[in-house]
Amino acid sequence: MACLLETPIRMSVLSEVTASSRHYVDRLFDPDPQKVLQGVIDMKNAVIGNNKQKANLIVLGAVPRLLYLLQQETSSTELKTECAVVLGSLAMGTENNVKSLLDCHIIPALLQGLLSPDLKFIEACLRCLRTIFTSPVTPEELLYTDATVIPHLMALLSRSRYTQEYICQIFSHCCKGPDHQTILFNHGAVQNIAHLLTSLSYKVRMQALKCFSVLAFENPQVSMTLVNVLVDGELLPQIFVKMLQRDKPIEMQLTSAKCLTYMCRAGAIRTDDNCIVLKTLPCLVRMCSKERLLEERVEGAETLAYLIEPDVELQRIASITDHLIAMLADYFKYPSSVSAITDIKRLDHDLKHAHELRQAAFKLYASLGANDEDIRKKIIETENMMDRIVTGLSESSVKVRLAAVRCLHSLSRSVQQLRTSFQDHAVWKPLMKVLQNAPDEILVVASSMLCNLLLEFSPSKEPILESGAVELLCGLTQSENPALRVNGIWALMNMAFQAEQKIKADILRSLSTEQLFRLLSDSDLNVLMKTLGLLRNLLSTRPTLCILANIADGTTAKDLIMTNDDILQKIKYYMGHSHVKLQLAAMFCISNLIWNEEEGSQERQDKLRDMGIVDILHKLSQSPDSNLCDKAKMALQQYLA
Amino acid sequence: MSGQPPPPPPQQQQQQQQLSPPPPAALAPVSGVVLPAPPAVSAGSSPAGSPGGGAGGEGLGAAAAALLLHPPPPPPPATAAPPPPPPPPPPPASAAAPASGPPAPPGLAAGPGPAGGAPTPALVAGSSAAAPFPHGDSALNEQEKELQRRLKRLYPAVDEQETPLPRSWSPKDKFSYIGLSQNNLRVHYKGHGKTPKDAASVRATHPIPAACGIYYFEVKIVSKGRDGYMGIGLSAQGWDKHSYGYHGDDGHSFCSSGTGQPYGPTFTTGDVIGCCVNLINNTCFYTKNGHSLGIAFTDLPPNLYPTVGLQTPGEVVDANFGQHPFVFDIEDYMREWRTKIQAQIDRFPIGDREGEWQTMIQKMVSSYLVHHGYCATAEAFARSTDQTVLEELASIKNRQRIQKLVLAGRMGEAIETTQQLYPSLLERNPNLLFTLKVRQFIEMVNGTDSEVRCLGGRSPKSQDSYPVSPRPFSSPSMSPSHGMNIHNLASGKGSTAHFSGFESCSNGVISNKAHQSYCHSNKHQSSNLNVPELNSINMSRSQQVNNFTSNDVDMETDHYSNGVGETSSNGFLNGSSKHDHEMEDCDTEMEVDSSQLRRQLCGGSQAAIERMIHFGRELQAMSEQLRRDCGKNTANKKMLKDAFSLLAYSDPWNSPVGNQLDPIQREPVCSALNSAILETHNLPKQPPLALAMGQATQCLGLMARSGIGSCAFATVEDYLH
Repeated sequence: MACLLETPIRMSVLSEVTASSRHYVDRLFDPDPQKVLQGVIDMKNAVIGNNKQKANLIVLGAVPRLLYLLQQETSSTELKTECAVVLGSLAMGTENNVKSLLDCHIIPALLQGLLSPDLKFIEACLRCLRTIFTSPVTPEELLYTDATVIPHLMALLSRSRYTQEYICQIFSHCCKGPDHQTILFNHGAVQNIAHLLTSLSYKVRMQALKCFSVLAFENPQVSMTLVNVLVDGELLPQIFVKMLQRDKPIEMQLTSAKCLTYMCRAGAIRTDDNCIVLKTLPCLVRMCSKERLLEERVEGAETLAYLIEPDVELQRIASITDHLIAMLADYFKYPSSVSAITDIKRLDHDLKHAHELRQAAFKLYASLGANDEDIRKKIIETENMMDRIVTGLSESSVKVRLAAVRCLHSLSRSVQQLRTSFQDHAVWKPLMKVLQNAPDEILVVASSMLCNLLLEFSPSKEPILESGAVELLCGLTQSENPALRVNGIWALMNMAFQAEQKIKADILRSLSTEQLFRLLSDSDLNVLMKTLGLLRNLLSTRPTLCILANIADGTTAKDLIMTNDDILQKIKYYMGHSHVKLQLAAMFCISNLIWNEEEGSQERQDKLRDMGIVDILHKLSQSPDSNLCDKAKMALQQYLA
Repeated sequence: MSGQPPPPPPQQQQQQQQLSPPPPAALAPVSGVVLPAPPAVSAGSSPAGSPGGGAGGEGLGAAAAALLLHPPPPPPPATAAPPPPPPPPPPPASAAAPASGPPAPPGLAAGPGPAGGAPTPALVAGSSAAAPFPHGDSALNEQEKELQRRLKRLYPAVDEQETPLPRSWSPKDKFSYIGLSQNNLRVHYKGHGKTPKDAASVRATHPIPAACGIYYFEVKIVSKGRDGYMGIGLSAQGWDKHSYGYHGDDGHSFCSSGTGQPYGPTFTTGDVIGCCVNLINNTCFYTKNGHSLGIAFTDLPPNLYPTVGLQTPGEVVDANFGQHPFVFDIEDYMREWRTKIQAQIDRFPIGDREGEWQTMIQKMVSSYLVHHGYCATAEAFARSTDQTVLEELASIKNRQRIQKLVLAGRMGEAIETTQQLYPSLLERNPNLLFTLKVRQFIEMVNGTDSEVRCLGGRSPKSQDSYPVSPRPFSSPSMSPSHGMNIHNLASGKGSTAHFSGFESCSNGVISNKAHQSYCHSNKHQSSNLNVPELNSINMSRSQQVNNFTSNDVDMETDHYSNGVGETSSNGFLNGSSKHDHEMEDCDTEMEVDSSQLRRQLCGGSQAAIERMIHFGRELQAMSEQLRRDCGKNTANKKMLKDAFSLLAYSDPWNSPVGNQLDPIQREPVCSALNSAILETHNLPKQPPLALAMGQATQCLGLMARSGIGSCAFATVEDYLH
């Protein structure tokens, strides 16, 4: 038959095919339409809840025949409807079933069916489509390939509570990203779905709510529209607030809290609005409590992390609400030792969610500690907190590692913690490990974290240097990713600040002058600024001055140096240094900057004169060191020319 | 179940009875003719509601001096303030109800002394008299009303007569370093505050009743004073003092000891701290500015008082026990627990054998219908559920007939019929017979009893307003608007006979249409009975009475039908079927009638009055006989005394004892008689359904008394639709 199946599956299933399965398929080919109908009905009853039977029928080629019957104009509506029901039942099985159905092009056939005038048939098609689209193996793009589909679905929303439920469910699963949001929004999704929030059917209300949560996510346009929508004389945010009352089902509370969170983050609701401060935030904190299911706790913590991320006041409120910080510590206790012994099913469940729980907790801790020193302190004082983060840094799951680094990064903004807890727990060790061979997303956060650990006052600085940080950071400056280049050079800058000669020399050697030049012409302004910062910090050694002198040989670089007063002051300072070699190096820089034949030399000469360089040159021309004396005289000649 | 008869209710009645002050002492029947003194006596005997003098526990001067720091809005009276002006002479009946708003339940308003809930004058006057309730302070009244409304909404299951809610700080239960003001809602510290030993606390007037389920109050920090050592929490009574607090200076929680645990954030001037006690799981959490801070204490003991402690000069806090809206959304939290408890009830496992549960419920319904004599419904129900009715149909009808007579106020006939149908019943129950006779006396006063009515009396208007509102679930449910018919009878019109039999209460299930036609034929029948014949009832002519009553029975399922065919939807509306033309005619006629005529004793007939007085003497004699035979019976004595007191007033209907004339008072009598009859048949006195309801209600009350808070969210009424 037309359906493609991977050979191994076909073999194994075929060996088990029973005569009865074949009989069901054979009956679909009966010349008597009445018998075909009865055959389909019998098949429907045979496959319900029977995954083996479903697989058998698919292997035996039932799907193309059912689709044929479903599309055949001569088929009765009743037969078509029954076919759609059986297909929907088949889709309820394993992911492989759904793949088989997709391979037979079931989606266009069902979408075609939606044009029928018969409501029962439409509902059966929608139900099947819903099952297929909610499967993770179905590409959501399939919903958008035919531009007429979305408007037709919008029109069908008024037909019945079943069309409403299924269509909303399809939308909420297939709306991924701003493009989909825009398509649905432009076809009137907001107006068409808003009134469903007051439907009598709980399922319809719930699916409509889910639709709004995916529509509003990171979408200011949709969010701004939503705040002004009236349903039965009530504004949508008010309806959402009612839906997160504590006697409502948890699923509804959580989803409406998400809607309000997304609208708030998209700028449509102020962060100090009561519906956020007194309703959404407490609701999300409740979702993190031990009484909730593990999935709910994960979603609750993630949503709350997202809500409070940019607002310190919300962070403060969350930090005192229902002992949230202590509550989150419980997220690390899965699977518990008890569950392992007593209940295998429970253990399985716990294991499945353990990673998710940990990463959600790390994320929320990161948001909580983003700005407030007191909160950071409270987090770090939570039982075994630093150990948990350190463990998290070396977990196999990328998600957990990333969240752990984020959390650590957030906490590393505290000077006090850098000096105490971070040192006590040798956080730098696992961090350095994370930085080897990590995906970019982790590297970005980890290296930015390293910047904080390399601050002059951080006690971690020494051991980090000893473990090869210089090479690593220099490596980062060569990354394609500008964020990594910034962090690399930034960390080097911090490292060089008031550092001993050896380190500065190490940095210079590792980085190489060529790389420095490249960085000075980097397209990213941040990289440029930090490179200059690095130069300033390095400017205490002769090699640096030589580098500077060389830099000052190029036009762009000259401009950069001239606009950086810090560097100029350093140069001036070294001209008067007691060490002749330093004086000489500084002289080279000056010479390059004021050399007459170069473009813009007049301005540079003027600026340097204003800084008092000419006076110093005069002084140096009297120097006992002949080399220095000559250089100074040469430089003065440039002024006279 | 559409035919559900009205759930009946003695509580309300009892409360009403409590409301009225006792009859004048002078009226106690002595002997001979009992015609008590005129109503003038009653004024003096009314309870004096004057608040006591202002002798506070601690000097008023000290309180006033401290108050200068934090002046309360109404200036306190001078130290040598004269005693409050004597209260206006309380009117006889309504004096019991203070100025609390209409929603105030009668029980609350009439509450005696400090238990009366709202800081009653007595309560406040007993204190330092810093803020007596000014008369006519409307703002204050408004606040009181709002408090009342909010408390009722938050804690509907609390019976404030038994367990009053905290409404203010107690001037009696406080340290001397504590000052109170602003109606005992504001607390300030007035000691030196030098050492921790100077700490002082005050608690609320009453402990938190368990029936709150969830209890909540808030305290606003008006000023943190010198060091901000405020503590907010709970304390237990007695020597073994438990106390629980949350402290402002360090944010620690303290549990019956001096050492605190880190709990929450610190708090200071301007913050609103809330304290919520969950009496279901015995925990407590605090809120700060509307944000829940998480569980602070577990395993709390019962009967805790809201409490605050202060320690340094200048500390001032204001309490909100419900006077104002709370900052924290406590109702949302309560909703969650209500849902939890109700889910628990809904999921309660019931019997493992299939169908057993349903059969039991069907039996209960069936027995209930039989008990109250809804024979047609009972029959139909039994048929559709395959059950057998234990009692014979004829027997049910007999009981129904008697009940109708009682409820119509025709006690003489009711007693007669009972004696006829159940010959030895009343002989064996002399107390019941006495009760019936006393009721007969009352109906004579009312002008409704057959013996009086036949003497040409008029019926009082009060009877027309027989309540049809749904009532709680324990007394017989039939409540026809008998008065109307009798009224018409009494008016002596030719057409009155039409209505003589229509007083019955019928069963809701029977379709109205079928009945109307049935009724019509009956009307014709009954119109054959002429008025004189009807009226000339005399003891010896019981045969005729029987004729009459059996006729009555034939018409039992008449057009005073219940609910089903009516516009009314309560399912058991008895009386005034407006769709009936003739009835409407009568209505108007009656109104004219009653507007012209004042209600008169025994319907205004002198003969009737004489008959009544004669009957009173007999009753007195019977009472004495009964005492000799069976010993003292205080209930009987009181009953008789109350009944005779009616005669002390020129307008008994508006007298303090007038509620005896209310037709609703027939219901307990009717119920007692019905139960007695059933007992002779070896049938339960109470239908199992009512028993189950009563048991559930009692159980909830017991839970409340035993400190089990979940009773707050499981009222029986929630499950009666």
